[in-house]
Amino acid sequence: MIDDKYLFKLIKGETFNIVDQDGTANELDPHLPEDMLLKMYRMMVQARAFDDKALKLQRTGRMGTYPPLSGQEGVQIGSAFALAPEDWMVPSYREAGAMMVKGVPMKLQYMMWMGNDRGNHIPDGVNCMPVSIPVGSQMLHAAGFAWAAKIKKENCAVICYFGDGATSRGDFHESMNFASVFQVPAVYVCSNNGFAISMPVTKQTRSETLAQKAIAYGMPGYRLDGMDALATYVLVKDALERAKKGGGPTMIEAVCYRFGPHTTADNPDLYRQKSEVEQIIRKTDPVARFRNYLVKKELWDDSKEKALLEEVDGLVDAAAKEAEQAPPPTMEDLFKNVFAQMPGYLEDELDYFKKVSGGGQQ
Amino acid sequence: MMMNNVQAINDALTYEMGRDPSVMVLGEDVGNEGGVFRATAGLQQKYGKDRVVDTPLSENGIVGSAVGLALNGMKPVAEIQFSGFVYAAYDQLISHASRMRQRSMGRLHVPLVLRMPYGGGVRALEHHDESDETIFTQIPGLKVVTPCTPSDIKGLLISAIRDPDPVIFLEHIKLYRAFREDVPEGEFTVPIGKARIALPGKDLTILAWGAMVNVSLEAAKQLQKEGINPEVIDLRTLKPLDKAAVLDSVKRTGRMVIVQEAHRISGFGSDLSAIIAEDALLYLKAPVIRVTGYDIRFPLYRLEDQYLPDPRRVIVAAKEVMNY
Repeated sequence: MIDDKYLFKLIKGETFNIVDQDGTANELDPHLPEDMLLKMYRMMVQARAFDDKALKLQRTGRMGTYPPLSGQEGVQIGSAFALAPEDWMVPSYREAGAMMVKGVPMKLQYMMWMGNDRGNHIPDGVNCMPVSIPVGSQMLHAAGFAWAAKIKKENCAVICYFGDGATSRGDFHESMNFASVFQVPAVYVCSNNGFAISMPVTKQTRSETLAQKAIAYGMPGYRLDGMDALATYVLVKDALERAKKGGGPTMIEAVCYRFGPHTTADNPDLYRQKSEVEQIIRKTDPVARFRNYLVKKELWDDSKEKALLEEVDGLVDAAAKEAEQAPPPTMEDLFKNVFAQMPGYLEDELDYFKKVSGGGQQ
Repeated sequence: MMMNNVQAINDALTYEMGRDPSVMVLGEDVGNEGGVFRATAGLQQKYGKDRVVDTPLSENGIVGSAVGLALNGMKPVAEIQFSGFVYAAYDQLISHASRMRQRSMGRLHVPLVLRMPYGGGVRALEHHDESDETIFTQIPGLKVVTPCTPSDIKGLLISAIRDPDPVIFLEHIKLYRAFREDVPEGEFTVPIGKARIALPGKDLTILAWGAMVNVSLEAAKQLQKEGINPEVIDLRTLKPLDKAAVLDSVKRTGRMVIVQEAHRISGFGSDLSAIIAEDALLYLKAPVIRVTGYDIRFPLYRLEDQYLPDPRRVIVAAKEVMNY
């Protein structure tokens, strides 16, 4: 038998957490300014309201397939609040909450899920990429984007979101390796929500944690309580600062839970127990946890809650209405956006299109 | 037994797994959940977790390991959840699955079936609507099958599993539950490489595959009312192509419209058009016309109906060749 001294072993870390479910903070509480805490909570509530509205729109045929984010408000809002305006966001498809904090209007996000190509045109000045649907495929862009920032000596970092399923793909490994080899200012946030559609994370990998995968790439890896928005903020902020100082990339595994289906086309009853999900929601809901924290700090009460819920419901209703009324591009707009200049063959196709469709308007 | 396409796939897999213990199914969510379209529902319960396997999330992992499984005596039927996600697996498909027989000069072969839903028209998300048959037909060593009807899907899937070489099995999303028909129970095969006359006619030939067969048949119904009788051919297999069926029809009608959902440039229709130019030019009474998708990314769903070829566009093309 080979002696154990030749065996490489993993040194295990602990999960990073600040706030318990009942709202009690430990000694790591950063004591953020009150107005900031209230803004964070507001965005968590808004993200959930956005989500609820999207589900209703889908059910009534007013929206196509939608991937709910409920359960991931903590990691999304906490991490997005750690970003400076000049930092860039490279989202997966389940990042509506983080994206709205970054400044991507809810109306645009609804438009995209309503099949309107204009929803993917994020306004100038909002440093966010359009969502990437093939799992993990955006991760290499984050490495390259951060690499360019380093070359250009920009004072910005890139945050890249992905899920537990993405860690099985080559894109994940290639991106982490490139980011580390070139010491780029990237922060990888893995929202481990427990499932890749029906596949539990325990069957996705034999690794005990996803965080430990960072070790293989020579990059710091952390395991985070992703239901804790405050802990997320503190850890991501630290990683962003290190990245901007030239300290290279970081990977954070944010342990959370997907409360809803993978998408509206998914039936989670086929692969997990409803009662178990309900219990997890009761015990870990990130929105309730942050509210409990605010209540403990005497920053929140039932009347404020009621007023906020009414207000965000109004905001998401208005965003949904505007999104539904927003016209899609014309086919001509799509033809114009294949290349900087439309080649002759596309002009011919466009002429044909106009001839057979009577003008190109819907 | 009355079946839709999803049921026909399930029936073919159930039958073939029962007949041949080396057949196994692998992919994302195919086991415990039974597939996102339910095409593999019940198979894991029936044949166990060793033969119906939920894999980690990796298209290249699925295809590459299926190549290894096939090289070592298994008959993997691998599923890619949507064809828009297969691009990550091209390395394994192109560099290895398609070449192993020729590379080893016949010692090795890869009896792999790669199933995937493709095509648009169901208000899906980006990458869930692509018609990417040509990027397989270009690769030497891959067979490409595009059945339309439940009977064909069952018969061709069984043939694909029994085929000793890699077969790309393209299942049109819009046709999964579009219609039901009586599908033969038990042993039933449809040969790879044989087209089907979906509607006999004499005035012009319409070539189509996948969802475009139904679009063409709908157009044909309208044309018949106007006294034009098109022959609609469902190619069923793109590679190897049933060239004889194509040439036989065009030699009888002298007129040809090709209907293809995929982008226009270098689409499979371009090849069909070239074959007709080479082998049947003197029979033609009019130029061959292609009705195709455009050379733009498939639009998000608000505009998908404007992108997809529809009966109206087929009728315009048919009249053009008739009035030439």
